[in-house]
Amino acid sequence: MRLLEAIGRVVLRFLEELGRFFEMLGRFGMWAVRPPYDPGELLRQMVRVGVDSVPVCFLTTLFTGMVMALQTFHGFQRFHAESFVGSVVALSLTRELSPVLTAFMVTGRVGSAIAAELGTMRVTEQIDAMTALATEPVQYLVVPRVAASVLMMPPLVVMGDAVGMFGGYLVAVLLLGANPVSYVENSFQYLEVGDDIVHGLIKAAAFGLVFSLIACVRGYYTEGGAEGVGRSTTRAVVAGSLSILLVDFFLTKLLN
Amino acid sequence: MTDQDAMLRTEDLHKQFGSKVVLDGVSLAVAKGESLVIVGPSGCGKSVLLKHLIGLVQPDSGKVFVDGSDFWKESGVGRNTLRKKFGMSFQEGALFDSMSVAENVAFPLRRSKRSPADVRARVEECLRIVRLPDVGKKRPSELSGGMRRRVGFARAIAHQPEVLLFDEPNTGLDPIMTDIIDEVILELRERLKATIVTITHHMPSARKIGDRVALLFGGHIVYDSSPEEFLHAKDPSVRQFVEGRADGPLTADFERGTSRLTEAT
Repeated sequence: MRLLEAIGRVVLRFLEELGRFFEMLGRFGMWAVRPPYDPGELLRQMVRVGVDSVPVCFLTTLFTGMVMALQTFHGFQRFHAESFVGSVVALSLTRELSPVLTAFMVTGRVGSAIAAELGTMRVTEQIDAMTALATEPVQYLVVPRVAASVLMMPPLVVMGDAVGMFGGYLVAVLLLGANPVSYVENSFQYLEVGDDIVHGLIKAAAFGLVFSLIACVRGYYTEGGAEGVGRSTTRAVVAGSLSILLVDFFLTKLLN
Repeated sequence: MTDQDAMLRTEDLHKQFGSKVVLDGVSLAVAKGESLVIVGPSGCGKSVLLKHLIGLVQPDSGKVFVDGSDFWKESGVGRNTLRKKFGMSFQEGALFDSMSVAENVAFPLRRSKRSPADVRARVEECLRIVRLPDVGKKRPSELSGGMRRRVGFARAIAHQPEVLLFDEPNTGLDPIMTDIIDEVILELRERLKATIVTITHHMPSARKIGDRVALLFGGHIVYDSSPEEFLHAKDPSVRQFVEGRADGPLTADFERGTSRLTEAT
């Protein structure tokens, strides 16, 4: 009986969270289009989400590209298909690795910060104060953060695509002795802008929406002081990362 | 007082958090220009009641009227229009810590038609009113608790609201500052002719700033009268509160959350 109760509680909490997510999505949609707009705040958040994430995303995708080249080379060597390393690195990066890994890094950096910031504002009554001053907190706090995440994820992923492929090139040419010209040719041989790169960018924007909304929901509904803020931050990152994988699967299925 | 004269009115408010009943049928009216003080033991729901008045908390049942309009029947935009009549100061100040003190005080003015110079002048004026003329450039984190509270106070009055809500404006302040805050509230009442609802534990303040004092306990308004009458009331729970005793009806059934006391009329 106690087991059933526990299961029921978990299910209820999950459904509640899901409901809050879609409610926030609706409120975001409603308040995003409604004036007054605040371009200054949007720009500030875009710098925070995008520009400030460049170093960590750069390193992540660089090393991913390098490892990809190394691994596929050793694998493909076994059946003498080394000439396909470039293609594999390019395709897996643009379609999958660059969007997902970039989204993970940005969730860790920005999602946690959003949840902690909004959570602190909630427990110190700043969100109440904002409402009391006739300012809709969703419009003032959630809209710029979510919009900035959706807008900045694709550029980060474009950078990741390029950096990752460059990393693969470095390893293949400098370390494994591949022919530079044929490696580059090979990299772009099967790569299609519409099918591969654009799919990756659609995913990137979707991931940006999902992680930032989850972070906002977690922060917005924080309760229980400093401990609650900590809990919200952890949950924003965990739930954000899991949701990215979930959305990734369904989007991949849908886009192909 | 007829219902039309009431600036704020609640009708049979009920609110429950989980299994804890916080408000159990609160009906209250505050006339235009009147100053009501709500007192009661800690954790009896005074802040929750105050947050109902400005629509920060939605009641489980019951109604809130602001200047004759049924608050929760309004659209989101209508509710925000009603909220513009209010200024509220929070217990810990609730300052936006991403902004400077001056930006905080200017926040209620940022969508108004005032010129930047006009806004600056108003911010300075409000900070002078709360006796903090030189802190505009500081960050809220650089201020002491009492100073933060006073900046919150300045922010609440910046847009010259018709209704002021003060959540424990002088708890934790030194006696001098407590009196200054009381003076400021009185001054605002005179100058703005504002309707004021204040929550406090401090009986001398209640007596000084209130036209009426109401005791909230067990989810009900247990007693509601003029300050003088309140101080000399025979009601045992009022006596306990005024005299500050540990034993009495207010502490008798702490656990049950409801009161056997008769409701004052």
